[in-house]
This record gives sequence, structure tokens and C-alpha cells, in this order.
Amino acid sequence: MSGRLARLFVRGLPLVWLVLFFLVPFAVTLKISFSSPATAQPPYLPVIDWQGGLEGWREFLEALDFQNYRMIAEDALYRDAALSSLGYAGLATAILALIGTPTAYAMARASARWQPILVALVIVPFWTSFLIRVYAWIAILKPEGLLNGALMKLGLIASPLPILDSPYGVLIGLTYAYLPFMVLPLYAVMSRLDPTLLEAAADLGAGRRRAFFTLTLPLALPGLAAGALLCFIPMVGEFIIPDLLGGSDTLMLGRVLWSEFFSNRDWPLASAVAVLLLILIVGPVVLFREAELRREEAAEGRGR
Amino acid sequence: MHAPLPPAAPLLTLERITKRFGPHTAVDGVSLDLAAGEVFCLLGPSGCGKSTLLRLVAGFEAPDAGAIRLDGADLTALPPHRRPVNMMFQSYALFPHMSVAANVGYGLKGLGLSRKQAAERIAGLMKLVRLEGFETRRPEKLSGGQRQRVALARALAREPKLLLLDEPLGALDRTLREETQGELRAIQRRLGTGFVVVTHDPEEAMALADRIGVMERGRLVQVGPARDLYERPASRFVAGLLGDVNLIEGRLGPDAPGGIRTVETALGAIRASGEGAAGAAVVVAVRPERLVVGGAEGLPGTLRGTLVEQTFLGDRIRARITMADGSVLRASAALPMAGPMPAVGAPVTVAIPADAARVLPA
Repeated sequence: MSGRLARLFVRGLPLVWLVLFFLVPFAVTLKISFSSPATAQPPYLPVIDWQGGLEGWREFLEALDFQNYRMIAEDALYRDAALSSLGYAGLATAILALIGTPTAYAMARASARWQPILVALVIVPFWTSFLIRVYAWIAILKPEGLLNGALMKLGLIASPLPILDSPYGVLIGLTYAYLPFMVLPLYAVMSRLDPTLLEAAADLGAGRRRAFFTLTLPLALPGLAAGALLCFIPMVGEFIIPDLLGGSDTLMLGRVLWSEFFSNRDWPLASAVAVLLLILIVGPVVLFREAELRREEAAEGRGR
Repeated sequence: MHAPLPPAAPLLTLERITKRFGPHTAVDGVSLDLAAGEVFCLLGPSGCGKSTLLRLVAGFEAPDAGAIRLDGADLTALPPHRRPVNMMFQSYALFPHMSVAANVGYGLKGLGLSRKQAAERIAGLMKLVRLEGFETRRPEKLSGGQRQRVALARALAREPKLLLLDEPLGALDRTLREETQGELRAIQRRLGTGFVVVTHDPEEAMALADRIGVMERGRLVQVGPARDLYERPASRFVAGLLGDVNLIEGRLGPDAPGGIRTVETALGAIRASGEGAAGAAVVVAVRPERLVVGGAEGLPGTLRGTLVEQTFLGDRIRARITMADGSVLRASAALPMAGPMPAVGAPVTVAIPADAARVLPA
């Protein structure tokens, strides 16, 4: 009896968690996104009248509309911000894959004594606040900062490059901040790869290059996919990095959302942008899951 | 079955190979010549260095001293992917994300084969290992025996002069193992490829090998055809490794013509063949099936004891005999027997024919 209860608890707890901290807030956000802004407390209308009975509910539902979504659809700002968010996140994910894969590979091939040390080094930055680390990049990237200073000392450039407050600053910041999330899942998969497979490849005449591209990389694809999702999803909605490193004209949904909410105090519109952001993120995840399933099915089919 | 000994023009030559891992010497000064087309088994308990020796030949480990030559060419400094030898791994190490055909064909890249030639080579190998029709399957969809054959086909794809097999039958169950032994031998005879097989199973070594090399603590202690090793082991270790053996301690008598010596033991004088200085402490090794139990009363070399246990094993019967000094001898007789077996508890005579007893260093 207690075993069944324990099972119910273990299975039910994540569900309760999701309902309480994801589904309910999302329902509230969705509701606000159909409301209209108002100079009131809270700053939107309609508000549910719990005493109004059936008539009150009817009035409430009639007052909801798609006006905010119409505005998002009509104003190019939101479309541009969405596209630019996807672009930044996609490009940064690609850069992360290019940097993270060789990094994880080197870690996985390091001696057993070094591997835990290398993993610790990847995690060490988390001991410092995210905000402080992004602030530190300002000191590195600004015109008279460390990077420009070094490049000028080396004689590579004559005058400082405008890296801070440019798309490059945003990309550098995103790449830096999310690298551990790309490296760790890749490393987890690569370090568990059976080393005799690589020996077999070498035995069959494959050099390190061919062994990497025919064995290590294809077998590490699940890790790469996990890392890409872990990075891509939060980067689409990233606010701090574009705000601090990207300058005032960097368009990303996170910033638009923030300014609608705090500057314009337009909660309904901000909520609509949040819903749009969620759709943008859920889209790739669903597509990815579909592709995974198809790939598995294809493998099964070929197996038959 | 027996290859010419020693090989005239060796295919593989190992010259005083030594490999250390830290303070531990895994392979200790091993020298060996292998003939082309020979099946050589490295036999020994786990940790004796046989797998390390195989990995040294494959190139996965570099020796601390010594040289490896194949057909006269020095391989010692070559990385594994440049050596004209291939290995069949104990775990098979099949590539899980590739089909059977892609696994078998993996080694064909860089050999200068056309697409058509490669396809023909793969088809030929699939036929050789009787896996036609399985080309598109993934390894995970195969049985253990089928995986073993894919691993064999893949290792043979580059037509190596020498194939290294690490416990090739270790992962198979008993009945499949015997069947596969025969197949492996047949394929080897058809192709004429030299095989070096690592195994800890003496029966497997005897079934597969032209010659067996016994390894003990990193050293190659005896090399020869299975029968030589079984009948004339050089040490108690080799004698015990290849099958059950009675070891009787004693002192070696004076040199005698014909090589038959007398050994004074606690059981009495035993006549045995072998060398050694007179008066040296030795053991006499006798296989259980060579003990003559019962009859032959009063012959020289006849000992007395009591039959204490009999075990019926279908094709033979095994007995334990307690001798006068309290030591136990194990005897074994093929069934059906010519005469009746004495009953348990009965006094028996035990005769040791001189040609069945070997003098070994104590």
C-alpha cells in the first residue's frame, strides 16, 4: 500500500510541479495577452469578477480579443525582433557546436587523471554570478578595453574595433555564456564511447580524422543535439547579454518584452510577445523530436 | 595438422619484445617466429600478457624493447592504421550505427578499390561467413554468433597477411563455440591467412592451433604442437594448464642409458623420462588417463593404494586413489572398459608406465 503511495508521489510530483509553475503561469500569461491595457491596478482589463456569476464570466470573455496579436502581426518591429532572435540563437548555436565539439573531444581523449579536472574547469565559471561575468565582458570588448588594447599592441589594427554594442559583442557573449551547456552533454556522450571502436577503426586503416568523422561524431550526435537545444532555447529569449553587450539597436525578443513590460507598462502586449517567444522555442523542439523519431524509425526500418 | 617446425621463412618475427606498465612487466623478452598460413595460439591465464602481446603486434601498444617484423619489414614504429595486420576484437567492436555491409566494408577505403570491386569483396566476405541477406541489418539486430562472423569478415576484408584474434570464441555459448571452431579453421585453411589466436581455454587452443605458445607472467615458457605440450610439458605450469595432471614429488636418480631415470618418491621408485642432475628435487608428472589401475601385480613401478571415489562421466570414469603416504592420485579410464573397475574402498595397484611419466623441475 505504502509502495503504491510512494510510486504515486514520485510520478505525481513532477506533474504537480509542472502544473503549478508552468501551466498555471502560462494560462495567466495567455489570458493577459488577450486583454487590453488600462491605467489601473493591475494595468489591464478585463479582470475576472469572481462574484459576477455566469453573467460576469460572459462579460469577461467578451472583453477578450486578439488585438495584441494583431498589433504584433502588423508591426514589423516584432517580426524583425523574432527573426533576429532566431538568427542570433541559431548562429551562436552553430558557433558553439564548432567550438564545443573539439573541446569535448579533447576532454574525452584526455587521460583518466585529467578528465575530472577538465570537467571542473568547465563548471568553474558558474561560481561567479552570470551578471558579473557578462559585465566583465564589457571591460574586455569596449573600445579602450583589453581586446582592442591587445590587438593594437600587436599592430593588427590601427584603431579600436567597435565590438561592444555590435552584433559581434552579442555573439561573443552568447558563445561565452552558453559554452558549458554545449560542452558537457557532448563530453558525457563522447567519454562513454567504447575506446575499442576507435582501435577497430585504426586497425582497419582509418587515421584519426576518418575515425573522428565516421565514428566519434555520428555516435556523439545525441549529445550534440542535447547541447544545441540546451543553448538554443534560452538564447532565443536572452535579455541580459543583448542588453549589456549589444547596444541600443540590438533587436531581440527578450529586450522587446522587457521594454513593453517595464517601460511601456503594456502588460497585455508583453504577454503576447511572451506567448510568441514560447511558440518560437517550442517549434524547433517539436521539429527536432520529429526528426529524432523519423531517424529512429528509419534505423528500425533498415534493420528489418 | 602440424606445420613444419621451425618455420623456414617466417611471416611474423618477434624479437625479444618487452612491454612494461609502470612497475609491472606485462611482456618479458618474448621471441617468436611464425610461418605463413600457420595458426598459432597464445595460451595462458588472464594477466599473463597474451592480450598485451597481441596488442603490440596490432600496434595499439608500443614495446619498450624489441622488434616486430612482418615478411621482413619492420613494423615496430608503425601506427596501427599502417600495419598490414588486422584484429578481431574480443568484444567484436562492431560499429553500432553502421549496417553489416558498412562494417565489413569499412576497411576497404584507401585500398584503391573501385566501387564495384569493393561491393564484390563485401559480397564475397558475406558469403564466406554465411551472412548473405544480412547486409543491411544493424549489429544490434544480430545474434552473438552472427556478430562474431561480422567481426571476422570485417577483419578479413583488407586481406591481411596476419589476422589477430583476441578470444574469438569467448563470447559464444558452448555448443556454438565448437561449431564455430570448425568454421574458423575451415576459413583459415581456405584463405591461408596466418592466425594468432589469444585464448585462455586449452581445449580451444588444442582445437584451433598448429602450434601453441604458453605464456606465464609475461614470458613465453613453451612453444610447440598441442600434443608435444600435452605429453612433454616443460614445467608443472604447462602440465597443469593443458589438462589434469598428477604431480608426485621426489628426488632424481642417476643418469641412465635410454633417458629413462628412476625417481625416488614417497610412493616408491617411479621410472620416468627427463633430464636433470642426479639428486635434484623434481616432480613426476603423469596424466590421469595414463595411470594403469588394477592388474599387473608385482611389475616394477607398481604402487599400492585404496580406491576412494569413482565418478561416472559418460565416456569415461574418473577415480581418486589414496596412496600409502596419504597423497591422492587421480586416474581416468575410457569407457567401455576392458575389465571390471574395482569397487570403492578396495585396495588397488597403480602402475605408471615409464613413457607416461615426465620428470619436471620441482
